[in-house]
Amino acid sequence: MRRPSVLHLILFPLSVVMVTPLVWMLLVSVSTQAESRRFPPGLPSGIEWENYLAAMRDAPLGSWLVNSFVVSVVCVAGNLLLCSLAGYAFARIPFFGNRVAFVLMLATLMVPFQIVMLPLLIMMRSLGLIDTLGALIAPNLATAFGVFLMRQFFTTLPRELEEAARIDGASRLRTLLQVLLPLMRPTLATLAVLTFLQTWNDFLWPLIAVQSPDVMTVQLGLQSFQGAHTTNWPKLMAGTVLSQLPVLLVFFFAQRFFVRSVAAAGIK
Amino acid sequence: MTLDRRRLADHTAGWGFAAPAVILIGVFGLVPVVWSIVLSFQHTDLTSPGTFAGGDNYAKLVADPLFWDAARRTLGYVVLFVPITLVLALPIAVMLNQKIRGVVFYRLAVSVPLVTSTVATGIMFSWLANPQFGLVNAALDAVGLPKQGFFTDPGQALFAVVAMTVWGWLGFAVIIYLAALQNVPKDLLEASSLDGCGRARSFWHVELPLVAPATGFLLVWLTINGLQLFDAVYVTTKGGPLRATTVLVYHLYNEAFVSFDGGYAAAIGCAVFLIIGVFTLAQLRFNRRTSHYEVR
Repeated sequence: MRRPSVLHLILFPLSVVMVTPLVWMLLVSVSTQAESRRFPPGLPSGIEWENYLAAMRDAPLGSWLVNSFVVSVVCVAGNLLLCSLAGYAFARIPFFGNRVAFVLMLATLMVPFQIVMLPLLIMMRSLGLIDTLGALIAPNLATAFGVFLMRQFFTTLPRELEEAARIDGASRLRTLLQVLLPLMRPTLATLAVLTFLQTWNDFLWPLIAVQSPDVMTVQLGLQSFQGAHTTNWPKLMAGTVLSQLPVLLVFFFAQRFFVRSVAAAGIK
Repeated sequence: MTLDRRRLADHTAGWGFAAPAVILIGVFGLVPVVWSIVLSFQHTDLTSPGTFAGGDNYAKLVADPLFWDAARRTLGYVVLFVPITLVLALPIAVMLNQKIRGVVFYRLAVSVPLVTSTVATGIMFSWLANPQFGLVNAALDAVGLPKQGFFTDPGQALFAVVAMTVWGWLGFAVIIYLAALQNVPKDLLEASSLDGCGRARSFWHVELPLVAPATGFLLVWLTINGLQLFDAVYVTTKGGPLRATTVLVYHLYNEAFVSFDGGYAAAIGCAVFLIIGVFTLAQLRFNRRTSHYEVR
């Protein structure tokens, strides 16, 4: 038998520290008001499901979740389609101005969002998109990062693949859709995961682009919920749990894959 | 002739494929940069058309003590946040790279904050650090230390934000380091141990230099994100108490959406952009000088 490693003595307490905030959020979300306001804090005596019902009654959590879902899914679809097309063009087609366009696009990656958001707000207002989900979708429909990621992966594919398809008479679009994209499922999935997380957790842009409660995303809604319920911790925690549940579930089931995505995107 | 037609076909196909993304990124990513610079030379509330202001906004910026305070706080934040995250992440990544039982659980625990949104993180930490009945104060109390104010104490709030964001970003840094460590060729480590290197020495002389590109990337990435700190402050302290956490982007937000001085906010934005640009270039140059190794 192998002896247990001494590293457990460091890693176990560390893990406890890392998960404590989340575990405690769960515990407070099923505590009574009184239990959440005692010192020192302790475990709840029973499970107070009422907090969850109260959170859903007091806030349109359902429609916030739907809004976040719509924005994230549309942005994921937009990025998968538009970034694949553009990435392929930049990797394979020698077209007029491709280098200038690519460099200018990469330059936008260096720009902090704070410098973009004020004109973006004016633009959205004149497009009539302010305070609609459209304002949250339009700027994130295609990202320079996505185009860059796709281009990098297209350049690693052997040219023979598409040449064979082209000789057989397939158009560029058909070659891309039927021959190349099926080979790039891991890359597409990486782009999808990262886009989803980014739009789902985005805060600053929704904060300034959206005001009405019925168009808020779940992050923004949760923040306004926090402002309104600073004294009722169990209810606030129940709302927080509900808002985080979708991403946490995805994360637990696709953890390996997710970690690979982050590493790939970070290092490439 | 056929060659020319082929080229024309390339141009149209290329632009046909690239245009949707390029136009969207150009309109929403590039045009606003130029526009922001224009705004910074205007008096504008962002709703009605602005008037030309010359260098007024930049003159205001230079003379604005709140701007310099915010800049100092932002720098103070970055100087704590980036090194702490890096120094914690590397040893954790090295430990998680070992073949020990339960490593999957440990990796999960370290990376779960990655998917937790800043708003949720802020709510959780506000409760943990609650001055009256928070868990952290309970821990302090248990070892006989007095209760602290954390987010509500002007002297501690920025440190509380540092702790919270380190918690949020640690998993990211660990994942990046893990990926780099897994690329270190096993035979190099074997060779060094055959040559009599202990575990510590082979870490110091083999692994550390080989993960230098990852360190360089994280240094740039964490600094850029640290300089843009906003969400974590908004959801915990709203820049307070007593402006103790009013960092640059928070100051920008205040000027644009509380004081409605859009032109001045744009000028602050340009300053932030400049600071980020200078930092990034300096670090990239430094990284190029220090990392000679690359593992493919």
